[in-house]
Amino acid sequence: MSDPAIQISKLSLSLSGKAILRDVSLDVRAGEFVSIIGPNGAGKTSLVKCVSRIHQDWSGEVRINGRDLRHCSQKELARQLSYVPQAEGRRLPFTAFEFVLMGRYPHLSPFSSVTAADKELVREMMALAGVEGFADRSLESLSGGERQMVFIAAALAQGGSMLLLDEPASFLDYKHQMQVMELTGKLHRDQGLTIVCVSHDVNAACAQSDRVLAMKHGEVEFVGTPAEVLEEGRLEELYETTFDRIAGDPLPFITPGRMK
Amino acid sequence: MNRGIVISLLFGLAVVVLVVSPMVGMEFIPLTDLWGGAGSLDAGILRDLRVPRVLTAFVVGSALALSGMAFQAVFRNPLATPFTLGTASGASLGAAIYIRFGLSLSLFGVSGISFAAFAGSLLSVAMVYGLTRVRSGFSTATLLLAGVAVSFFFSSLILFIHYISGFANSFRIMRWMMGSVDLAGYDSLFDMLPFVGAGALVVVFKANELNLLMTGDDIAASRGVNVNRTKKLLFVAASLMVGGVVAFCGPIGFVGMMAPHICRLMVGSEHRTLIPATALFGGAFLVICDTLARTVIAPVEMPVGVITALIGGPFFIVLLLRQKGGLGL
Repeated sequence: MSDPAIQISKLSLSLSGKAILRDVSLDVRAGEFVSIIGPNGAGKTSLVKCVSRIHQDWSGEVRINGRDLRHCSQKELARQLSYVPQAEGRRLPFTAFEFVLMGRYPHLSPFSSVTAADKELVREMMALAGVEGFADRSLESLSGGERQMVFIAAALAQGGSMLLLDEPASFLDYKHQMQVMELTGKLHRDQGLTIVCVSHDVNAACAQSDRVLAMKHGEVEFVGTPAEVLEEGRLEELYETTFDRIAGDPLPFITPGRMK
Repeated sequence: MNRGIVISLLFGLAVVVLVVSPMVGMEFIPLTDLWGGAGSLDAGILRDLRVPRVLTAFVVGSALALSGMAFQAVFRNPLATPFTLGTASGASLGAAIYIRFGLSLSLFGVSGISFAAFAGSLLSVAMVYGLTRVRSGFSTATLLLAGVAVSFFFSSLILFIHYISGFANSFRIMRWMMGSVDLAGYDSLFDMLPFVGAGALVVVFKANELNLLMTGDDIAASRGVNVNRTKKLLFVAASLMVGGVVAFCGPIGFVGMMAPHICRLMVGSEHRTLIPATALFGGAFLVICDTLARTVIAPVEMPVGVITALIGGPFFIVLLLRQKGGLGL
């Protein structure tokens, strides 16, 4: 059997003396779509940031395609795995094209500069994300949803086989939520990307993923298929609130609280 | 406007400024005197006073502008400059200590005062950076406060040194603290060049990293930038430039904050075009300010810092008001 694409064993992280992650372990197979759910402060974002090496002082082991993350250079990692941050509306003074082109950074040496092939690839990725029309627009002039699609295009421009997304659809309107979901679905199905996606929307996470990781208080609460996650009692325990399940095919939908 | 055209225009401006400024002064001296009237007084003034002074002003302006640009990108803050971060006061402290103790050392033919100023600026950056690292969750507000605190602390140390210095040293320190390029000859120009050159070279080679750092540490790291190492390298580079310049010219304000912003408004924030634009504009700007400083109320000379602030302030505000989306940072 080949190595898992992402292998996390006993990962722990403390920030300012506070334990954020405790002994988190997870294997993600190549081509798998895994969603991470859990209440606020569960450590979902931190986990994704550790694997992307944005947080560096964790303990435990992370292997990417069998290679120890600690022995990987930052650029080497960036060629295999890319990360899309939360769409929290940071203001960036670049055009969409400039920003996506920066995604080619891990393929540049200090003495080389972007080639026509890089620019071609950037245009392709922008077309894939449906943002080719914004190429010359300043990121500041785009809406939150449009900007998020540009961020995903930039992550794709890194040319890796793994994509980590941190709540890609939060704060977006329904149309852009759908666009993000359609795009991640397409990338998973057609391009065979391995996707790890932090999500607050349990229905969307269950509809899209092969497996769901549920986290609470910095620890893994359970890992399972979407059907298992939706079993009576699981989500109630995870989120400490009540849910209603509405029959659906193939999976039920959930809504928080008791419907009258 | 096309960025290539703006860069060419700025290059043209820099050339014109470098050619015209030496001719302007108490007396107009055509540049042709340099080779025409060899041995004459005019040729001497031109060769030994005005030309090195103009060249020095250009180098100083470029260096301060580039270091301000680097700080602004690394800290993602429009108010990060060699002055707000305490780098300039650190350099001043290093130089003041060097003058107070009447040291005269040199290394590889470069005066020790440059090394003293560089050490001071590096110390202040290290202190500011260290203070913000102690508490994680590194906010720019913390950083600026730390910079201001370090700056005040160093300034009071400078005053103390000033106070305990003898009359001659005290006068030298005071004169130099006013910030001016008028003490410059070829010697100090050549002493500055290695520092400014090395720092500028690092900045040029880190253009892509500067772009990515501006998008945020998380994105930069995920695109493959070794964030901490790159930041440290850029701090050293900016300290080299600030130290090399402040050692001879004292703290000259405003250029480091304003020039990069004006250039961002003209060519955008992509550093591969912003770097040459900032270097050219910062240099030409300081030459113009210095030319005004020595001609406006001639024969009395004003400190060039007065002019940079007088011209810079209103210009900056006008640009700020005309810009819809803010400062591009």
